[in-house]
Amino acid sequence: MSLYYTQKLLYNLNRDPALQAAYLADKDSVLKNYTLDEEELAALKKPDIGMLYILGVNGQILMHYAAMCGYAWPEYIQAMRDGLAKHGNVRAGIYATTDGKGAI
Amino acid sequence: MSLVFAGVCSHAPGITGRAHMADPDDKATFHAAFDEMRVALEATKPDALIVIAAEHFANFFMDNMPAYCMGMGQEYHGPIEDPDWLGIARTTIPGNPDLSQRIIQTVQQDVDLAYAEEWKFDHGISVPLNFLTPRYDLDIIPVNINCQGPPLTPLHRAWKFGEALRKACDAVPERIAIVGTGGISHWPATPDSGKINVAWDKAFLDEWQANDKDAMLRYTDAETLRDAGQGGFEIRTFIAVSGATAGSTAKVHYYRPIPIFAVGCTVGIVEL
Repeated sequence: MSLYYTQKLLYNLNRDPALQAAYLADKDSVLKNYTLDEEELAALKKPDIGMLYILGVNGQILMHYAAMCGYAWPEYIQAMRDGLAKHGNVRAGIYATTDGKGAI
Repeated sequence: MSLVFAGVCSHAPGITGRAHMADPDDKATFHAAFDEMRVALEATKPDALIVIAAEHFANFFMDNMPAYCMGMGQEYHGPIEDPDWLGIARTTIPGNPDLSQRIIQTVQQDVDLAYAEEWKFDHGISVPLNFLTPRYDLDIIPVNINCQGPPLTPLHRAWKFGEALRKACDAVPERIAIVGTGGISHWPATPDSGKINVAWDKAFLDEWQANDKDAMLRYTDAETLRDAGQGGFEIRTFIAVSGATAGSTAKVHYYRPIPIFAVGCTVGIVEL
């Protein structure tokens, strides 16, 4: 489990357009610089936004990664709900769901 | 001079980014409330606006997370988010490093305060400025209180920070405005997005309007997380404004839960 580095990668991507471009062109070239386990690597590369949410990525970071990967807002919310249905509640951090229903 | 204006407002990215998805009356009335806040702010003729915000990993991360940080830059840039996603064009925002430095030095007499000469604004500051200083012609001094990466600063320290900030404002000749910006109850960027605890919000806002220090400082983080969500931690920004205006009551000019904006949308002004 290396949630810290998963979030650090997304934090850096959100801040740095050049890193975003490099990542979108060749994900492995960027991912090799972070200490990540197989589950995290798979979720990042797919991308599996629902799984990243379940792993505990803070929503304030994850929503921007989802947007970068082309998710519209309703798709982002649905991806997290799909992750909950498939994998159960969030494993770490403070962004665990209460009922997963929200209002939209 | 002293503090000439103080208030609070919401900053959720949906306010601008998902405005097109909102009920037209929700959008129109809340944006109008922001406009009225801008008119009230401008009427006090401030020389600078201190924005007490709760940023979301635009500048600060868990590798080196300050509890409190103030900007000391000549200029700032934002929003860091995709402008199309947020609905706000990227721009340069003027700072005032000399004024920042004088305020920081006074605040540091009471509260350990980090500083930053470089700062990328995220929606936490860019959304309020989009409405309050839309021409970006007022010097801005950003402040961040860590409300995202626990452990978080205790609420009584947020009050103390506000008190220290007031002392610093009273010590400079410039006319200073302060706006605290955060959510009250909300579960942003989660599958619960749009959930709002209206009763909790109204109770907290009553306490904020009364400048009821004891009531506002009684919340534990566990209670806030349970009743008001992760976003509820941002009450620290409201409490800091209350600390800066201790003894003054305030008025909530607008409150309405707007789920597509993912927060109980709020505009409040302290009666200085």
